[in-house]
Amino acid sequence: MTNGLATVICIVCLLLIPLAACGMALVNSGLGRSRAAAHTMIASLCIFSVAVIMYFVCGFGFQGFAGAPSHVLNAGGKQWDWIGAAPFFFRKFELDGSSASLVAVFSMLCAGLAALIPLGAAAERWRLRAMCASTALLAGFTFPLFNHWVRVGGWLDQVGINYGLGHGFIDVGGSGWIQAVGGLTALSIVWILGPRRGKYSSTKMPNAIPAHSAVFVVFGGILCWVGWLGLNSAGAILFGGATPGQTLLVIVNTTLAAAAAGLSALIVTGLRFGRPDASLTCNGWIGGLVASSAGCLFIKPAEAVVAGAIAGILVTYAVEWLEFGLKVDDPGGSISAHAVGGIWGLLAAGLFARFPAQSGSNSGQFIAQLVGIATLLGFVLPFTYGVNRLLNWLVPYRVSIEGERQGMDLHELGADAYPEFVVHTEEFIQR
Amino acid sequence: MKLAGFFMLVAGWFIVLASMPLLRSMKLMAIFVLAGLAVEVVGMSLVVRSHLILEDEAG
Repeated sequence: MTNGLATVICIVCLLLIPLAACGMALVNSGLGRSRAAAHTMIASLCIFSVAVIMYFVCGFGFQGFAGAPSHVLNAGGKQWDWIGAAPFFFRKFELDGSSASLVAVFSMLCAGLAALIPLGAAAERWRLRAMCASTALLAGFTFPLFNHWVRVGGWLDQVGINYGLGHGFIDVGGSGWIQAVGGLTALSIVWILGPRRGKYSSTKMPNAIPAHSAVFVVFGGILCWVGWLGLNSAGAILFGGATPGQTLLVIVNTTLAAAAAGLSALIVTGLRFGRPDASLTCNGWIGGLVASSAGCLFIKPAEAVVAGAIAGILVTYAVEWLEFGLKVDDPGGSISAHAVGGIWGLLAAGLFARFPAQSGSNSGQFIAQLVGIATLLGFVLPFTYGVNRLLNWLVPYRVSIEGERQGMDLHELGADAYPEFVVHTEEFIQR
Repeated sequence: MKLAGFFMLVAGWFIVLASMPLLRSMKLMAIFVLAGLAVEVVGMSLVVRSHLILEDEAG
């Protein structure tokens, strides 16, 4: 990416990405109860702040950039580039509009997005200081490390060149390195926290705890769409080598995948429950956005519709499977939309991606995607679970019983989000 | 059981990693990658199972 027009378009796309963060904050807040609405919003702000600062402090150093020093292992005569060794605090690095500087800004915003994902799953019982500690770890180490492997000449990026696996692991917009990393971190944290008090009855059946604002949820989903257009387009320019004109394909694919996913979730919930479900439809919509990211530059619009429709169905069933089958209490549907949707997006990229003939063989592309998914499940999940368990001993994650009964707004912030309104009576029921 | 599950997740990943430098044939590599993923699925089910047991014990 060298020409001025591409740089300008990339900067415009970067400016759209914070809208995805706003959207995720609104979705997370809307899907929770009203007594934790302000807490979720302020937590989103704190998490985003901690994430971008930690990325600036050390994350960018571990991630590195093309041409920066890195630590390399030799295995079987091939080099395995496993972690960046760039200076911390953006030292010796100019933010001058070069490709490397755009990658740095893009990744910093994406670190904030990835860090917001666990909040949706752990809402209403995760203490603010614990969120900040966990986010520091995610944005300061886990996210940049996986990012390095996937995108800036790391070993996953190189499996195509070194081992003939297609074009290496492809994930231009972050189905894996943003969404699945965030979604699997959310799963780890929910396992550590346990369900909300009163979520499961004595017979282990889940009680419905309705979302407090469908308007927040749907408006958040629409904001996410705008943010994702920037996210996928910037990713395609920076990591897929897209020309400014090709961003139109990215915009079409992203929009079609989200639309197909939203509609498929709407139809599935309509058929199963007799009427469409607003929160599941919105989760399906976000699942479609997430699934569109990996291959948005390399698939055809019709394939984006198929990938999105499957994502919507998968997310709908995953929400139910997690809640009923696995007893995982995920009020924001983050694990389903971001982890399940993200992993499906990586698979879909392996199935549908087509490259120009002159750029090399496609064979082995699906295996490269499987290697990336195996890395997410075999490294990211155990690692995040382990380090969050350790952190939980130092900074207890779960709020006290009294705090949970009061609600996070009153307990941690001292004031409700809606002091002038009468809130739902079910919120006062002693559980 | 949860620890064993997480070890299996890591073990599955190592199988996947080992397949690339050790095997030349794409077909064999694909089989090993799928085998590694299968080990990860078993590990994941162990972790999930232990989580369910812990939830039951917690009441």
